[in-house]
Amino acid sequence: MSQIFEHISPADFFYRNRDIAGFSNPSRAIYSAIRELVENSLDAAESIGVPPDIFIRLTRIKESGRGVSVYELRVQDNGTGVPSQHIPSAFGQVLFGSKYRLKQSRGTFGLGGTMAILYGQITTHHPAHIISSTGDSRIYEYRLSIDIRRNRPIILQRKSLDNDHKWRGTIVEFRLEGDYFRAMPKVLEYLKQTAVVNPYANITFIDPRGRLYMFTRATTSMPPPPKETKPHPYGVDVEMMQRLIQSTDARDMLTFMVETFHRVGKSIAKNFLKFAGISPKRDPKKLRPDEVVHLVQKMKTFDEFLPPDASCLSPLGEELLKAGIIKEYQPEFIAAIQRKPSTYSGHPFIVEAAIAYGGNIPRKGDIVLFRFANRIPLLYDEASDVSWKIIKSINWRRYKATPDMPIAIAVHVCSTKIPYKTVGKEFIADRPEVSREILFAIRYVARKLQKFLTRVEYKQKELRRLNIFAKYLPKIARFSTDLAEKKRTPNVDKLIRSVKRIEED
Amino acid sequence: MRKIKPSMKERRKRVLQALKGLGEKIYTQIEKGKFPWIEMPSRSTDNIYYDPELRQYILGDKKIRRSAGNIRHIASFTKLVWTAFFVRELTRERKTSTLRDLYYSAQAYEMSFKDQAESDNIITDLETVIGHAREDFNVFPEERSAVFGDLTIEYNVPGYEGKRLNLTSHPDGVMIGPALTSADFVRTSADKVIAIEKGGLFTRFIEEQVYRKFNAILVLTAGQAPRATRAFIHRLNTELELPVYIFTDGDPWGMHIAMVIISGSANAAHLRDLTTPDAVWSGVWATDIVNYKLPSDKLTDVDIKRLHELARDPRYKGELWQREIKTFMKIKKKAEQEAFSRYGLTYIVDEYLPAKLEGEA
Repeated sequence: MSQIFEHISPADFFYRNRDIAGFSNPSRAIYSAIRELVENSLDAAESIGVPPDIFIRLTRIKESGRGVSVYELRVQDNGTGVPSQHIPSAFGQVLFGSKYRLKQSRGTFGLGGTMAILYGQITTHHPAHIISSTGDSRIYEYRLSIDIRRNRPIILQRKSLDNDHKWRGTIVEFRLEGDYFRAMPKVLEYLKQTAVVNPYANITFIDPRGRLYMFTRATTSMPPPPKETKPHPYGVDVEMMQRLIQSTDARDMLTFMVETFHRVGKSIAKNFLKFAGISPKRDPKKLRPDEVVHLVQKMKTFDEFLPPDASCLSPLGEELLKAGIIKEYQPEFIAAIQRKPSTYSGHPFIVEAAIAYGGNIPRKGDIVLFRFANRIPLLYDEASDVSWKIIKSINWRRYKATPDMPIAIAVHVCSTKIPYKTVGKEFIADRPEVSREILFAIRYVARKLQKFLTRVEYKQKELRRLNIFAKYLPKIARFSTDLAEKKRTPNVDKLIRSVKRIEED
Repeated sequence: MRKIKPSMKERRKRVLQALKGLGEKIYTQIEKGKFPWIEMPSRSTDNIYYDPELRQYILGDKKIRRSAGNIRHIASFTKLVWTAFFVRELTRERKTSTLRDLYYSAQAYEMSFKDQAESDNIITDLETVIGHAREDFNVFPEERSAVFGDLTIEYNVPGYEGKRLNLTSHPDGVMIGPALTSADFVRTSADKVIAIEKGGLFTRFIEEQVYRKFNAILVLTAGQAPRATRAFIHRLNTELELPVYIFTDGDPWGMHIAMVIISGSANAAHLRDLTTPDAVWSGVWATDIVNYKLPSDKLTDVDIKRLHELARDPRYKGELWQREIKTFMKIKKKAEQEAFSRYGLTYIVDEYLPAKLEGEA
């Protein structure tokens, strides 16, 4: 599988607005940098169907005051590797990437990895160090910095090494200022939840104190990789339409519609163009701006487009979701569901949910929620997330669940476009189509939990019942023996056994 | 002076036999691989009837079954068997226990009673099952009453076996406790029993030598007569064939103290030998308040409510009772036994008592 690399938009916009990309303060910067690189690494391995092996090391270089220090972050993966000629752009140019396509992937904006490097450069003036190989005979090593104003990489050093062992992967190493000790709880939680939702990945982390955290894979089976797909007419806006028109080779509107959009055949295209009042013979490149706007508006109101096909999505699957939670929390009970694909605004999505009880799940006086979107954990702004609102709206008493119980719920939404509310990618907006699916998924697993809790309750009741018989029958035997002036106390074991209605496990 | 056949050793034997019988029944059921169960008359209010023949409350035919195979019964079943076991030890060793002692003793066997109400209830179950009052198996309440008069008894309690005592020996009277309750009667010169509600009058009667002047055994009930005292009066009446006269305050509560001695209470419907149906309530009557112009208080609302209850009570069917209830309601007054003191301290003994005993004789 080849990736498509292209220039999208030059911008040092993010330099001035780094807050929205998740680099608002020294603690958040550490967390976001680790997160962006780990997610790139996971994508890189998954795209070639290899179970990811990710090594992360954060080293403190020097103190720079007020709890803030300069750290060196190194992230190594066994992913696809970046071809030599693309390395400078991929790591030295904002909004260059392989992700600005309609496909389920972890990042959305193509700026995560470079943003981290950019932030490092701003705070430490130290070049980034990139080593990568696609597994052929060469390994390439670069020292890079970013020309922020022109949004171009500056190559400080380039080396080509022999790759005798056919190593494949990417190593990114750079310095940044941050506050690991304040970021630590979130970083560790992030890695743990990442391990939950990627149970086929090995993740190793050495933190600045020299502590080793290992999240070992529980399986090597991986969900099928997501496929790329054409945009669905319902999900297209004017800006996108203009770009699609620019890049098309089609000479007439009919061909343009069929070739550009997802699940649009000739007859649907004809009907639509008639509905929109645009001749099928028109050259798309000759549409006036007001006609483009009109076209987009008509697309949203035409109701004969087929719903998007979800085959481009790669949900985790019930078994893998369960495996991830079992691996990290060893619950007494777990249930999972994968809902059927659905769509919102032309974007297909699939909701998966799991519920787990007991084991290492903390009792925190409320349900523990793990939120995942396209296989990345969401840790911030939980209370604003749609899943949390749904959990709060459910009457858990109906499912025999009480707040003091160790219950965790995991919700995984995968989509070609996750409806995030912010660029920081931390919580999912309340889209009615999405929240309905989440609600149904949670209700389904809640009913499974209810069955389990009912069984547990029944067993406990039975055990109490049995204990009562086991406590009193021998006493009755003993006192009646004495009363009757007999020598031998009769055996009550048979009677006790006869009241047993359940087998002990 | 009469000689009386001792009865208490015989009764003790019967109690021990009944307890053993209960144990054998349960033992055999377990031996056969069955959950043991027992059956006893229900003591719920819908199974309590007044028997005009016996002149006391009795239990009807409704039975309840307690089974060790029932999760709701097994705890109380076990406690019942334990209680039987415990009182048998008591009875065999001739020791006594209060209701409170018994409540605590259970804890040594890892099956505590919830509260004393539960243990008291289990004891009542045991009374129902074996048909003997708890005093017969040496469990006594805390309350105490007293007796004074020419009656010689012989103790059966350990250390006092065969020892005799005349009940005039102590000028305060002799406490009707476990030892006296289990003692046998030997002889008496008395020809009647006078039961008195209040300690003050009891002492006055001793001081005024009523026991000699009227040839009577005096019993202090100290308010509502404890069951041991009712059982004792019953024995005086049946074993010694002495008529019994009861003196109480002249109000509905005093009337009822007399009635419980005569006809028993609904709570003891499962027991016999606690009542003295031929005993006579001799005063203070409502009509006495009128006839003797006694100093009196007004009846309270509670008193009047009680009178209405008594008027409907089957035990109060008799002519005397109905007449007195009506008089009370008419005059709306009540008087204490001490009210006679207005005519001098000895008036009650010199004038009232002879007139009353005369009238009844």
